[in-house]
Amino acid sequence: MTGTRLNLEAQRRSTGARPQRGRHSSAAATQQRGRNAGAHRRAAAQVRRRAKEVDRLGLHVAVLIKQVLDPEVPASRFEIDGSGKRPAAGIAPEVLGPYEQNALEVALQLKDAGAADRVTVITADGPEAVESLRKALAVRADEAVLVDVSGHDDLDPDQTAELLARAVKKLESVDLVVAGRQAGDWDHGQVAYLVAERLGWPCVGMVQRAEGGGDVLRLTRQVPAGREVVEARPPLVVTVTNDEGNVLRLPRVQDLMAARRKPITQWSLADVGFDGGLPAELAGSEVLGLRVPEREGECEFITGDDPAEVAAALVRRLKELKVL
Amino acid sequence: MIVIAGWGGDGLSRAQRELVTVARRLAEGTGREIAFLAVRAAAEAAARAAGTFGVAKAAAIEFDDDRSAIEVAIENLVQGVRHLGGEIVLLAADFAGVQAGPRLAARLGGAALNDVVDVQVRDGEVVWTRPVFGGKALADVALRRTPGVVTVRSGAFAAAEEGAGEAAVERLEAAAPDVGVRIVEREEGRQEGPRLEEARVVVSGGRGLGGPEGFQRLGELAELLGGAVGASLAAVDEGWAPPEWQVGQTGRMVAPDVYFAVGISGASQHVAGITGAKTVVAINKNADAPIFKVARLGVVMEYEKLLPALIEAVRAETA
Repeated sequence: MTGTRLNLEAQRRSTGARPQRGRHSSAAATQQRGRNAGAHRRAAAQVRRRAKEVDRLGLHVAVLIKQVLDPEVPASRFEIDGSGKRPAAGIAPEVLGPYEQNALEVALQLKDAGAADRVTVITADGPEAVESLRKALAVRADEAVLVDVSGHDDLDPDQTAELLARAVKKLESVDLVVAGRQAGDWDHGQVAYLVAERLGWPCVGMVQRAEGGGDVLRLTRQVPAGREVVEARPPLVVTVTNDEGNVLRLPRVQDLMAARRKPITQWSLADVGFDGGLPAELAGSEVLGLRVPEREGECEFITGDDPAEVAAALVRRLKELKVL
Repeated sequence: MIVIAGWGGDGLSRAQRELVTVARRLAEGTGREIAFLAVRAAAEAAARAAGTFGVAKAAAIEFDDDRSAIEVAIENLVQGVRHLGGEIVLLAADFAGVQAGPRLAARLGGAALNDVVDVQVRDGEVVWTRPVFGGKALADVALRRTPGVVTVRSGAFAAAEEGAGEAAVERLEAAAPDVGVRIVEREEGRQEGPRLEEARVVVSGGRGLGGPEGFQRLGELAELLGGAVGASLAAVDEGWAPPEWQVGQTGRMVAPDVYFAVGISGASQHVAGITGAKTVVAINKNADAPIFKVARLGVVMEYEKLLPALIEAVRAETA
């Protein structure tokens, strides 16, 4: 993997201009061909192969995003509203979901590397979600789509997946869908997999990075036994989990400004084929109630200024509790 | 039929025995019978072992699916569930389960739920409970389509004990769809010592460690105590610890006798990963860190000062 690894870190920090890989590579290859055999010829072949690899995929990537209640809201501030089925309004701001951020970064890295031509972000939500769509545009997603579900609260994973799958189909040229492994609010971890089933595409989950490799995608992920690289042929759905390499980049100031002026495509339910609103039978599950679990006891603090004394006291206490 | 589904193996895994407990509760409340479905290598051996847990039927689809990720497994699970007439399907909420469950449900025309921690049957209606909002709340949910495919969080239910009994194992032919997904490289993980999920002691570090060096110290302490090293999501994202050390709702769920949270603030999704810990010891220089709300013992001190002393104190004890 290390031999053909594309230098994504450097590209991320660059001006964002698409790397002129193809052009530089063929010049280098010509030069190298003029030299002696062996290693030079092998290196030239590798450079030519890399140029072709990067140019061959040309993917249109759709990133599924969700705006969620800030997952960092402390448990003490979490309250349930009058319906007993959802959090109270206003307990925390809404943010672009954490795994959605990782997913967006994975998609943008594919674009930086030349494996993707276009990144479209899609969300099925009310108009307030435009805020998160703009954040995606500000890090240079090319297009943003809102499937407006105003008036339909509490969509379940099946309903959400149906809407997003229809939006992907409506875009027509998508060959890779990237999504977070789960949304940071209801933690279902279902939507991306349900979208894959509705599209009839395979799905590789819990990926940390994606690279183009010929006519396949090379997906790296952490599995229980260690690390794995999976090759998969588009069209495909990929779910993403966090990693030090896929923390979402910061927007540049000029892109932040530009994002405000970029158009956001808004589709109504009728635009995605639901003229009479969302049919009830689409939902696979129903939340009967939400409750806050009992918080357990008090923390016993071991105090003191001398680390040696505090440490000894801690060890003593742990032995008394029969834990050590 | 309630179908317990999973990978093959010598006997039933601990997670599968927890599913037996769930299945029994459902059987009692809904009058359904329990079946066991194993796929992949050693499927037959697992199906046979299921007989000693009193299942009514057992099916095995044996194949060597090491390369397609879970694509081939899903197709075979669908086949097996259909054959057994599954109305409720139970899977462990592990790495494969949480991905397979929803896809299985979709192919069977049903609905899925991931990561449940409780189930009650009220007047014949099955109500599942699952943690939401990073574990800040619990949602009680009913599935509205059949079959219901549910993945169950490890450690949430007691593991059933083996009894006596036998079930005739039905062998089904494996489907082998060509799916365009292939695992091409594999690298064993870096964890030495006990696996995080099984460790009796876990020493975990977070953003407060300030860098990867702190993890050396944690490693010393873990080694003295025969434990494993863990990390928060923040530390992993900083590159100070490998992803396989991540503890939390989207990392490993751990249930040690003692969990040392060093320089960890206590974000909800991290706390969700340690609800099974018997005793949490929090070491943090910030007295307001939320971790102290879930800790049994706490020390407000810079870890750089406390940890060397703690290592010495433990060394003195174990000498």
